Amino acid sequence: MSRALAILVRNPLSLLGLILVATVVLSAVFADVIAPFPTHRGAVVDFANFNKAPEWPYIFGTDLVGRDVFSRILYAYRISLILGVVVLAIAVPIGVTIGLAAGYLGGWTEYVLMRITDVFLSIPPLVLAMSMMGLLQPTLTNGMIAVTAMWWPWYTRLVYNLARSEKEEGYVLAAEVIGASKLHVMFREILPNCVPSILTKMTLDFGFVILIASSLSFLGLGVQPPTPDLGSMVAEGAKYLPDSWWLTIFPGLAILVAVFGFNLIGDALREILGTEQ
Amino acid sequence: MPPVVRLLAKRLGTSLIVLIGVSLLIFAIARVIPGDPARIALGPNATPDAIAALRDKLHLNDPFIMQYGYFLADLARGDLGVSLYTNRPVVRDIADFLPATLELVIVAGLMMVAFGLPLGVLSARYRGGWIDHSIRTVTLLGVSAPSFVWAVILMLLFAFFIPLFPIAGRISDTYSIPSVTGFLLVDTLLAGNIRAFGNAAWHIVLPAFALALSGIAQAARLTRSNMVETYDRPYIEMAKSYGFPEKRIAWRYAFKPSLIPSMTIIGLDFAAMLGNAFLVEAVYAWPGLSRYGVAVILRKDLNAIVGTVLVISAMFLIVNVIVDLLIAFINPRIRYSQRAS
Repeated sequence: MSRALAILVRNPLSLLGLILVATVVLSAVFADVIAPFPTHRGAVVDFANFNKAPEWPYIFGTDLVGRDVFSRILYAYRISLILGVVVLAIAVPIGVTIGLAAGYLGGWTEYVLMRITDVFLSIPPLVLAMSMMGLLQPTLTNGMIAVTAMWWPWYTRLVYNLARSEKEEGYVLAAEVIGASKLHVMFREILPNCVPSILTKMTLDFGFVILIASSLSFLGLGVQPPTPDLGSMVAEGAKYLPDSWWLTIFPGLAILVAVFGFNLIGDALREILGTEQ
Repeated sequence: MPPVVRLLAKRLGTSLIVLIGVSLLIFAIARVIPGDPARIALGPNATPDAIAALRDKLHLNDPFIMQYGYFLADLARGDLGVSLYTNRPVVRDIADFLPATLELVIVAGLMMVAFGLPLGVLSARYRGGWIDHSIRTVTLLGVSAPSFVWAVILMLLFAFFIPLFPIAGRISDTYSIPSVTGFLLVDTLLAGNIRAFGNAAWHIVLPAFALALSGIAQAARLTRSNMVETYDRPYIEMAKSYGFPEKRIAWRYAFKPSLIPSMTIIGLDFAAMLGNAFLVEAVYAWPGLSRYGVAVILRKDLNAIVGTVLVISAMFLIVNVIVDLLIAFINPRIRYSQRAS
């Protein structure tokens, strides 16, 4: 692990990724301290300073009710990161368990589980999440549920393919010969060999969860105002292009920076750990 | 039976099973949500009698399996029910809005192939050099923002600051083209109106490119990584020792085997585009399925939601069958193993 970190720091691109991710995480955690206008995360109105182009102290300008765009972006990062952590924390164990079961047990279990996975994979992810969000109520919790529901099948497919090739390996046969239980083989023998691939995918996915969540709120089906969210900030600002360009460009770039950071690290990890997706 | 026909039959069979699964899933989601669809349809001032009558008509008092059975029977007749939002048959609504979306997605798909594959080949051919590094950085940026962010940035740059392209819409109002296929690029040609065709093509460039960007990047990245692996094979070494030109080695020997995994990803990206089209359409006021889709979702218009999701999933499955067939055509291993068995 520390060796991997050393390699990450040596490569300029992955170092940039580490810096970007660290910046995003720290600014989300310390938003209360960094944000020049912490109260602007909520429904605050300051008509004296509305729709201002970037100028000190509003480095990213202000929105149509006078709230500081920079402060709101910091708090929006907080929501994005929480969403990413929760979605992956639920989706990965579910997806991995189903993938292990389908890949290792085979037979009818495999057929049924993989067809169910296919069903989820054949609805475009955004459309599935959108319909779930619409049918439930658009709140942060439901957003997490909707994104989780579309995320686990990708891990099932990844682990399923890995498990299918691993189960032919000598060490699995050896464990079976000495009478290890199926659960033991799945979780103690096969799973550890899937971890590098799973970790790499999780790093890349953290960025993509942020991306999908922002897409949902861009369509008005995500986190609701006044809670700051990068997607809904872009959607709101897009109505006032090109004059109030700062309303869309800065939140848009904020998404780009965060996702780019995770992608740079994920890409480097993929090369270090030799995992292919 | 010719192998390709057998493959096609098998793929269509699996797709049908999956599509039935999708219908069951989306139907279940639509039925377990809180709220009475009849009450939502009739509004707050409806009398209890009217609600009871509509519940009866919509079979809402029957068990879930029965309801699903009625739904499947209607579906088999091509009936997806009536939209509560437009008061028209869902099938007709979708038929009106789908062509614009498909046109956008198909053009974006062509851009993905036309730009993504050559970029990947270029990157692999000059791997380790500055061309490779810049292509890899740019493509990684390409996948790092949702298509609505690219749509907004492209619009700001190439429609507002440098007014090369129109800001919104499918075609200028001055043209009135009779709708035959619903695809404006086709209808304008059918009408023999070259200027209108040019106008429609000019309108589609920015939205299609915004939609294609992450797909282009994805295709380039995957093609590169597959080709880099292929470059290590002995037969490439042999081709080099024969003194074949670099360009021929890249395209004929290293690219061809890498095309198969790339095509699988292109199929998947196509599916993602059907969803992401919602985002791009919203930015460019593109009159496709997006506005309809979002509107019916926000109004909890169950029939319309179920119909929209089903049609999009069917499109996705069809694309995948086509991709599988194309792969079977180019992959000699599949072609011959089918023939042998």
